[in-house]
Amino acid sequence: MHNPQLNAQGQLMHLLSIEGLPREVIVHILDTASSFLKVSTREVKKVPLLRGKSVFNVFFENSTRTRTTFEIAAKRLSADVINLDVTRSSTAKGETLLDTVDNLVAMHADMFVVRHAASGAPHLIADHLRRLGRRDVHVVNAGDGRHAHPTQGLLDMYTIRHFKKDFTNLVVAIVGDILHSRVARSDIHALTTLGAAEVRAVGPQTLLPAAIGKLGVRVFHDLRQGLSDCDVVIMLRLQNERMNGALLPSAREYFQCYGLTPETLALARPDAIVMHPGPMNRGVEIDSDVADGKQAVILPQVTFGIAVRMAVMGILAGN
Amino acid sequence: MSRPTLHIRNARLIDPCNGIDGRLDLFVADGRIAAIGEPPDGFVAGRTIDAAGLVACPGLVDLSARLGNIETELGAAVAGGVTSLACPPDTRPPLDEPGLVERLVRRSQATGLARVYPIGALTSQLAGERLAEMNGLARAGCIAFSQAKSPLVDTLLLWRALQYAATFGYAVRLRPQDALLAGEGVAHDGEVASRLGLSGIPVCAETVAIATALQLAAETGVRLHFSRLSSAAGVALVRQAVRSGMALTCDVSIHHLHLSEMDIGYFDSNARLDPPLRSSSDRDALRAAAAEGLAAVCSDHTPIDADGKQLPFAEASPGATAIEMLLPLTLLWAEQARLPLPAALARVTCDPAAILGIDAGSLGVGRPADICLFDPAASWRVTTEALRSRGKNTPFLGYELTGQVRLTIVGGRVVYTP
Repeated sequence: MHNPQLNAQGQLMHLLSIEGLPREVIVHILDTASSFLKVSTREVKKVPLLRGKSVFNVFFENSTRTRTTFEIAAKRLSADVINLDVTRSSTAKGETLLDTVDNLVAMHADMFVVRHAASGAPHLIADHLRRLGRRDVHVVNAGDGRHAHPTQGLLDMYTIRHFKKDFTNLVVAIVGDILHSRVARSDIHALTTLGAAEVRAVGPQTLLPAAIGKLGVRVFHDLRQGLSDCDVVIMLRLQNERMNGALLPSAREYFQCYGLTPETLALARPDAIVMHPGPMNRGVEIDSDVADGKQAVILPQVTFGIAVRMAVMGILAGN
Repeated sequence: MSRPTLHIRNARLIDPCNGIDGRLDLFVADGRIAAIGEPPDGFVAGRTIDAAGLVACPGLVDLSARLGNIETELGAAVAGGVTSLACPPDTRPPLDEPGLVERLVRRSQATGLARVYPIGALTSQLAGERLAEMNGLARAGCIAFSQAKSPLVDTLLLWRALQYAATFGYAVRLRPQDALLAGEGVAHDGEVASRLGLSGIPVCAETVAIATALQLAAETGVRLHFSRLSSAAGVALVRQAVRSGMALTCDVSIHHLHLSEMDIGYFDSNARLDPPLRSSSDRDALRAAAAEGLAAVCSDHTPIDADGKQLPFAEASPGATAIEMLLPLTLLWAEQARLPLPAALARVTCDPAAILGIDAGSLGVGRPADICLFDPAASWRVTTEALRSRGKNTPFLGYELTGQVRLTIVGGRVVYTP
């Protein structure tokens, strides 16, 4: 099946999902991000790579943090950035997703950074642009439903590579609400593509997708077993609306069973790193002593995230 | 309108209902089959049709086709060789009032195309709160009752509905899906939904609904039909009930004989179907059920305009346009499953006719002359232009299919030629 995010030469046209991305493409993005990391620490934090280009942040779902990091990344590449909070404007008036896209294309957008509550929305936009023959307009998925959050996946890989160098010997545990997590899916695809030795999915049955095993992960329902001898622990955010009901009885019980504490973290390798895509629920999925502890690399993740997003936008604009 | 007598020559005549498969001539007079093989005494052909190289079979009987624009969709039906179809009650407004049913019957008869058999709503507005006036609906022309795609949540009401229908001998058709277990699901709760982050509909949504309905139906003795089975486990439950002697029938959609969850690919909204496409082993079980004659095959034709499909997968309307592809996809299934052509054609002719209890699906002498002549070797490409239906929404878009209808006859009148 044709991969809609690559062109005939195998170059990245859109970043929709990590699934199906060749290893070389992922490594190229990480290497490019490395070179951009220095830009952010210079006195003049800009490179002219996207000068004269218009990047539209189209967020159909609220997000301050992700939108801000994309905005910073685009501005550091000298792009013109336009933020559209579509949740409050067009769709409220009944405009369809593709109507909105057509209008923005008519405004000469060069790149869309899209967040949408429905899985697959960025694919729909990319397919629409292909049918319009607009190969010059690129789509970056900034999170679609439960499906994918590829720049988060890439920045997680950047972080792991930064601290652990090589993937092939790593045991990585992803803990929490994997069922509803686009971050988990992107991390799983990235880790299996980069050859991690073992990827573990840890959580209660109610928070794991039915066929999670088919994604190449080992499933653990017991946190202690899942963390045993891990090199990397990725904690997932538990959404408030999932804390009390049919999926879980309470946040308190969740923390007792799946919360990462100094005691449970001690089961992992002594040099294990702890990651979290943010924003954290302290005392729900992670104890403050761990979140602020020396094994946590949660703030470096944020810093790397800007460099990774610069790399993605820079590579797309060049293809 | 005058109906000239017809003499169809040189066709391979396949009439699964009567076990006929051979080079036999067919004679039609007064809208009915007058004779097979030799002309009746004194027969003078008003029109002779040379059908060399073609197959003549009973016009197809479709257990479920949504119409939208009646004239256009019935045109699509006869272009697909379908001469009788059952229309589910989830029209707008739903078929819960005799007047609405009478209007549908009148308007479809006025087209002079395929015969339309309305299925009445089991509950008012299909809302699942109170029973519809089944007796009045039956008088208006409804041949069975169903909830279409809105399964009853209230089990007590379902029991009462089955009891009430059984009182009058009405058939009830249920799409077995437990509404609470299906929840907001949009795809099979399997590998693809797990990967794409789509909410899943578990197989137990189907098996629980089947088990519940079987228990309730056994108490009432109602004539029960399960529409659109989607899973191997569902098939197993139905097979077991049939073997135990229950008066029970079922069907599968032609899509589910050919496709699986994998065909969703990268969120192809044309593969958003209801029930969802499941795993390849489920598909194999559905094929086996159709091959052995446990299940009839229908198109589940659901034309949807482009606006309803050009949406993210979960937001797109479920369903596919299919009535024009029912025959070629049945032929394809027969070929792939190494099933004799008469057995495959039985699933779309006499079997569904028997389920509906209508006088169709047979070329027996004296039966209505509803006939489909098709070229089993001619191939065509499924394109938006090639489809007559208003709906262009099909996962088979771009496919090259073999088997093309050359002539469709309803009640002895030619209603379609390409």
